[in-house]
Amino acid sequence: MAKSTVSLTVNGRALEALVEPRTLLIHFLREELDLTGPHIGCDTSQCGACTVDLDGMSVKSCTVLVVQAEGADILTIEGMANADGTPSVLQEAFREHHGLQCGYCTPGMITRAYRFLKENPDPTEEEIRFGIAGNLCRCTGYQNIVKAVRAAADELNSAKEAA
Amino acid sequence: MIPGSFEYHRPGSLGEAVGLVARLGDESRVMAGGHSLVPMMKLRLAAPEHVIDLQDVSELKGISIDGGTVTIGAMVTQREIAECAALTAACSLLRETALQIADPQVRYCGTVGGNLANGDAGNDMPAAMQALDAAYVLAGSNGTRRVSSRTFYHGPYATARADDEILTAIEFPVPPRRHGAAYCKQKRKIGDYATAAAAVVLSLSGETCESAAVSLTNVGDTTLFAEEAGSILAGSRLDAGTIARAADAAKAITRPDVDPRGPPDYRRHIAGVMVRRAVEASRDQAIAVTGA
Repeated sequence: MAKSTVSLTVNGRALEALVEPRTLLIHFLREELDLTGPHIGCDTSQCGACTVDLDGMSVKSCTVLVVQAEGADILTIEGMANADGTPSVLQEAFREHHGLQCGYCTPGMITRAYRFLKENPDPTEEEIRFGIAGNLCRCTGYQNIVKAVRAAADELNSAKEAA
Repeated sequence: MIPGSFEYHRPGSLGEAVGLVARLGDESRVMAGGHSLVPMMKLRLAAPEHVIDLQDVSELKGISIDGGTVTIGAMVTQREIAECAALTAACSLLRETALQIADPQVRYCGTVGGNLANGDAGNDMPAAMQALDAAYVLAGSNGTRRVSSRTFYHGPYATARADDEILTAIEFPVPPRRHGAAYCKQKRKIGDYATAAAAVVLSLSGETCESAAVSLTNVGDTTLFAEEAGSILAGSRLDAGTIARAADAAKAITRPDVDPRGPPDYRRHIAGVMVRRAVEASRDQAIAVTGA
């Protein structure tokens, strides 16, 4: 089958690649770009470990063909830190509030929470739980994940007020 | 899991898309959000030789409310349905239904057209569309035709859509102001298909139910339009006895499969419970509008 050329931006870097149309975005990120932060958990669009940000949407990259993402702007957990390399507010909140145990779901959780807080900067606990319902934590560490997201919201909002 | 090989097409207009479907025939599949098709391709349950991605077809996008008719483009996502304030103001049923589909990530990608055209009895939007008496607009090489949502579904993944047709839009009349609607779905967890679910749209005149429509999800080979249940409700005062009779009539047409969601008797029972709750919620909503 003919390969297709795709152009996309990943973590701020514009790139072009020749791919088989059947290549899934998760495999492209992990195997071609060495971005192994997005994980393959269930491989059936249920667990959310492969979540990345694509043109302002949280998507499960195991269920997106890279050719569908032609022209897209993609952000993975590797692009989440501050410009100076220090952890972002969300990453810091997950560390501070023990929002991770084994860490397997964490890149997907943080990437999803990043988009969720952009859409809903001051969420209730219930809204947080509904907003991250597409991400499963097999350690069942949801209490602290929810706390971390809420704490990040507070921190981001007070930074906004101070600005 | 990796899909089989295929050739990828990305038409830029509806005309081009219809032409491709006509030329490539049943070796091709159109792709909307891809959240039913890609999983099927990964499992090799679908192995199309050609995938026609509709994301650049602008004719399939957008929601409009004009002259008492709601028109929703087939490529409108579940998230766009849930976020469209004008649509929710005209009828809250589609937002309520969309938010019970899958999870946030899937709703960014999954489209209303994909959900409707796939012909999976577990999909949620078909019941809502049947309750709203929606028509589906199909475009093919011989032109455009409209098919009622109530006669569209023939069997598992078998619909009135011909192989060379693309579902382009959904149209339905704006329900009367004094209407109520609800989608009640029992599921084991977020992201699951329904154990059983019911969509209801009804309108009131005074305290009398003027019209009512009931449709059921995932308790048969197809989405089931429960015509008799609606007829029982229409003309009544929506008292408990009438609602129970309507729920029984709806249960009588169910043929649930044995699956991990429970044995058929249980799922039939739940279908009745969902009908009762959806009718009660619709009635209360319509009463609240009347009182305002």
